[in-house]
Amino acid sequence: MQPIIDYITSYLGNKTQTPGAAGNLFWAFVYILLVFLGLSVAVIAMNWLERKILAHMQVRLGPMRVGPHGLLQPIADAIKLLLKEDIMPAEADGFVFWIAPFIVVLAAFTVFVVVPFGPTHAITDMNIGILFMLGVSSLSVLGIVMAGWASNSHYPLIGALRSSAQMVSYEVAMGLAVVSAILMTSLHGLGLYGAGGVGTGDTGTLSMIGIVQAQQEQGVWFVFKFFPLGLIAFFIFAIAMVAETNRAPFDLPEAESELTAGFHTEYSGFRWSLFFLAEYSAMIAVSSIAVTLWLGGWLRPFPNLLHGATWDLVFNLFPGITFLFLAAICFYSTARMPKHPYFKIQTIGLAGFGAVLGLIGLALFVPAVFIRVQDIYWFAMKVAAFMYLYIWYRGTFPRYRFDQLMKVGWKILLPMGLGLLILTACMGMRSELRHQVVEPLWHRVANIL
Amino acid sequence: MTDPNTLSPLDLETPDKTFLDANELVINMGPQHPATHGVLRVILRLDGEKVMGLECVIGYLHRGVEKIAENRTYTMFNPYVDRMDYVAAVSNGLGYCETVEKLLGVEAPPRAQYIRVILTELNRMASHQLWLGTHALDIGAITPLFYTFRDREEILKIFEKYCGARLTTHAFRIGGLQYEAYDGFEQDVKKFVAFVTPKIDEYEELLTTNRIWVERTKGVGVISAKDAIALGVTGPVLRASGVKWDLRKAQPYANYKNFDFEIPTGQNGDTYDRYLVRMAEFRQSLRIIQQAVDGLPEGPVMAKVPKVIKPPVGEVYHSIEAPKGELGYFIVSDGSTQPYRVRVRPPSLVNLQALDVMCRGAMVADVVAVIGTLDIVLGEVDR
Repeated sequence: MQPIIDYITSYLGNKTQTPGAAGNLFWAFVYILLVFLGLSVAVIAMNWLERKILAHMQVRLGPMRVGPHGLLQPIADAIKLLLKEDIMPAEADGFVFWIAPFIVVLAAFTVFVVVPFGPTHAITDMNIGILFMLGVSSLSVLGIVMAGWASNSHYPLIGALRSSAQMVSYEVAMGLAVVSAILMTSLHGLGLYGAGGVGTGDTGTLSMIGIVQAQQEQGVWFVFKFFPLGLIAFFIFAIAMVAETNRAPFDLPEAESELTAGFHTEYSGFRWSLFFLAEYSAMIAVSSIAVTLWLGGWLRPFPNLLHGATWDLVFNLFPGITFLFLAAICFYSTARMPKHPYFKIQTIGLAGFGAVLGLIGLALFVPAVFIRVQDIYWFAMKVAAFMYLYIWYRGTFPRYRFDQLMKVGWKILLPMGLGLLILTACMGMRSELRHQVVEPLWHRVANIL
Repeated sequence: MTDPNTLSPLDLETPDKTFLDANELVINMGPQHPATHGVLRVILRLDGEKVMGLECVIGYLHRGVEKIAENRTYTMFNPYVDRMDYVAAVSNGLGYCETVEKLLGVEAPPRAQYIRVILTELNRMASHQLWLGTHALDIGAITPLFYTFRDREEILKIFEKYCGARLTTHAFRIGGLQYEAYDGFEQDVKKFVAFVTPKIDEYEELLTTNRIWVERTKGVGVISAKDAIALGVTGPVLRASGVKWDLRKAQPYANYKNFDFEIPTGQNGDTYDRYLVRMAEFRQSLRIIQQAVDGLPEGPVMAKVPKVIKPPVGEVYHSIEAPKGELGYFIVSDGSTQPYRVRVRPPSLVNLQALDVMCRGAMVADVVAVIGTLDIVLGEVDR
């Protein structure tokens, strides 16, 4: 027994690494469970938030019936989906049809193995983290193609073809943007960091945690580095990631008005809900990549401008304040609930929900707690901002046509990404360039003249 | 542009090959499809995403309206016409009532004419709002639908207050109106005009300069003026091709010659121009409504029409500018209380003929956009 307890506590003793990197299976497993749980809650919350936010953008109320302000709607939907008859088309390829949603979900969830919610708050830290994320997330296209193919139906086939073409072409632009961010981990105006610049012995990294630490050490989020190069790279990625996750305005694979539901037309019930789950967790996954690469991951905003112990404390209180704010909204809505016996349970429920949020908020004011969740909070907030953008896009934009989508991907984003990569490299090596290329050339020219 | 005369009919006899050995794919779009605006069935022959040709199959909503007319009196048939183009029921009623009035040789009193113009123009706006919402939804913009329906609701409220019905209004009677305008009708209409004017800018804000919207609609579903005339296309679709043809000006009916308004036209005959033309028509409708409500005369609302309508033997054709195009009624009277034959010239059916010409060589997504831009109502196509 004692060795096991030792094994468990040994990780807690020097918590400087992620459990995966420290090789502690027990804690890695706990983290996996936590991430899975958090992700499920995030998808449920996202489901509700998307409906409500989109509804309020569109002058309607959204779900209002199941629970106060429709808070229980996602749960009701989940129950409905689970109880639904499981339909498989008679002509479908049974095995492929069965396995396709699992592949999509697997790809979407596996990505989270390397997502760094904090310096030690990740399942593991791979030295090829970002490559792993891109590689695994692009596996989901396999599942989509299988789903479209196995349905043995016209619309899903077209949806699957569109989806695969789209994901493959946007991955290129996405990859180029990612490479330019990776370059930034090792480059500054004086050349490579390792080659005698700012104090790190490192020469750049692909590790997700390493990328954020590089931003911390360089004191700049990569979105602002080599202005405006970082910003452009970030925008390329932000566009490509919407296309990558098949969301509006790039939601052609599931274009409702053209292809009814695209690749998952023939899916229903639990299988369909797996696609749904995968779509939302993929959205969260790519947003996490964007946050990690350009927006400083778990780092709090304005670390240079507003530094010192006082500001640290102020920013540390943010998680608690956020939850208290949410609780206040709940209580305000409780007060506004119709005073009618019919709404009694709903009113109590809303007040209870507010109380739970408030208690969480209060708990977050305890120093021992807020120190530990600080990273996760900032990371989640940044990802949430992306989620809001996704909803906003959906409420604003019409859908691109297939050829236009390809045009944007190959003719605009790809050349931009390539040019950006070269510019970033030049920018990073600018002093070397000046000393070793421009000045000798200039001397030669001057000599000739 | 494809010449409509040289279009080869679709070869639907050859059986569809399997996916593996055929480049072409025959797809059945509809009759249950979210973007065919009802029960239109479009058989598409695709090469990848490209449309090689298409064929419309109609008749899923056929109710034999014209045949029913032969077994009803002139008055009894009046509510049936509302069910053809059910989003522009008032226009349908206006066309029918005016046709019978022409046959009878009576004319509605001025006050009735003015109220008819107000309600018809309101209905044109309601119809265009429904078109805009669904058209944008087909192209993927979901939000305009809710904006237009919010504002269409105000029009329907006026209808409801006027005659008790919102959709199939049966607002007009042969010879004028059954109901005098309710108290506060004018204020309601004026209030609506003031309310909706900024809202139209709001729709335009979301779409007119939206890059994706422009890319999706410019150069899509182009039809030249020559082709449009050859196919008998009317309404905003024809005007967007640059033909200044509006029956309200060309063959003034009701009181339209008294009002000052313009006929918006486009140049390119593409989906974007049709969108702009309809958006401009919103504003022209508002102008007409404003003038009509300002100059609303006093007086009776019903002409002297016999209780039992027995038109003289003869035939008459009369057409009006419905929101979707020329809506014509051809009535043959044998002197009895029932029409011998009623033939309706529905704008949607005729405009739908242009679908094939507009879609050849386009992508699948364009078919949806073009069906939306034609603004068809299947109730009217099939009657």
